[in-house]
Amino acid sequence: MATLTVNRPPQGGFSFENCRRNALIEGEANKVGCSLPSARKTGTTICGIVFKGGVVLGADTRATEGMVVADKNCSKIHYISPNIYCCGAGTAADTEMTTQLISSNLELHALSTGRLPRVATANRMLKQMLFRYQGYIGAALVLGGIDCNGPHLYSIYPHGSTDKLPYVTMGSGSLAAMAVFEDRYKPDMEEEEAKQLVRDAIAAGIFNDLGSGSNIDLCVISKSKVDYLRPHDEANKKGVRTGDYKYKRGTTGVLTKVVAPLDLEVVEETIQTMDTS
Amino acid sequence: HCRMGQEERTSGGGLSTTILAIEFDGGVVLGSDSRVSAGASVVNRVMNKLSQLHDKIYCALSGSAADAQTIAEVVNYQLDVHSMEIGEDPQVRSAATLVRNISYKYKEELSAHLIVAGWDRRKGGQVYATLNGLLTRQPFAVGGSGSSYVYGFVDAEYRKGMSKEECQKFVVSTLSLAMNRDGSSGGVAYLVTIDEHCTEEKVILGNDLPTFYDQPPKYP
Repeated sequence: MATLTVNRPPQGGFSFENCRRNALIEGEANKVGCSLPSARKTGTTICGIVFKGGVVLGADTRATEGMVVADKNCSKIHYISPNIYCCGAGTAADTEMTTQLISSNLELHALSTGRLPRVATANRMLKQMLFRYQGYIGAALVLGGIDCNGPHLYSIYPHGSTDKLPYVTMGSGSLAAMAVFEDRYKPDMEEEEAKQLVRDAIAAGIFNDLGSGSNIDLCVISKSKVDYLRPHDEANKKGVRTGDYKYKRGTTGVLTKVVAPLDLEVVEETIQTMDTS
Repeated sequence: HCRMGQEERTSGGGLSTTILAIEFDGGVVLGSDSRVSAGASVVNRVMNKLSQLHDKIYCALSGSAADAQTIAEVVNYQLDVHSMEIGEDPQVRSAATLVRNISYKYKEELSAHLIVAGWDRRKGGQVYATLNGLLTRQPFAVGGSGSSYVYGFVDAEYRKGMSKEECQKFVVSTLSLAMNRDGSSGGVAYLVTIDEHCTEEKVILGNDLPTFYDQPPKYP
């Protein structure tokens, strides 16, 4: 994969280096009888809205791998810069890596210009990279932020086209969320009203789309502050079981009891920390 | 993959479209609808497909949204450089040539058609079609999926020597008819009028568009 830096201009065209290797690996795997793991998609409902004084971004928190929920509480609102955040739908790895790459390049760019980065800059960087990969990077993004020219909201598609709009939705639940927006959006809303509208739009996606679920995350970006509300609304709390399958001690009568202790000694002890970040 | 009409490709975002441009004595009028679709879903119902390449040169986008937007942005950049190099405003033919060069060189990979129109000092108002990498100047040009429905109308209604107002009315009527019949065109109509003195951008909302025969038959 071509690496982007501010100093070196990106080479044109898609790099097919790894495609032959991937095909070989898939062939080997199929010979043994197993298949390659499918890419984890985020199913998803993501949306954004411009209100008076900033933008509100919203996302659900379900990540699916085929028909199974792989992560019940994944974070889909990614940091790009202190004043710009980006929601990602599509292939989870692609959205994660793309946003991290552009975030890094944007920080270098901001240091080079000496100014706060603009949302239009992030938009250009993202769309030029996605176009270069001709849609093979499956990242559909909702980019929002506030800069010297005011609040801005963009939707960016995997093939590299972008739309600049006052409200956008993306992902499998986008139709449900857009229905809510089209009904209740008004220009220049107050912050609380905007947050409620985004929450309702994501909820529409969560409850009416199989690919979206769990909780609702919000990110409110305004001139003075950024509120990263995770979770903003735990719409799907795990229920408490009302019954129990355990039988009480003494339900089954015990006839004989034999206890055989196993004397084991500790030979080697290693500690491996789990990455729970 | 966003589409703006024309050939079938895998579903995604697209500028399914009606675009047209017409020349009058002293300038040009460009018009477009505003619908961007991804498969059966409309992802943007207010997209302005008339993209500015230079002060007095605009282009109308159709086909794949990503391809068309990218071509327009690249040519915008190249025209900026070119106009600084020659020290004056670029010719419309230069802009059309830049678009044509990209469309021709990458004709297998790209799926977009741009109509370039504008005004310059030497030849006044000009309209160029750049479909598939050709470059041809025409008195008027139509494009996009909705254009198929209005070829008859434009061929019958076009008159040589129309005034600016007549051209604007012609464009708005054509767009209205196409948007009514083409499922991939709709929304609002964007109009850009370019002449020697000014460049005027206008939006005509749905209910302000002219209406034509649209009544269901009144059978008892």
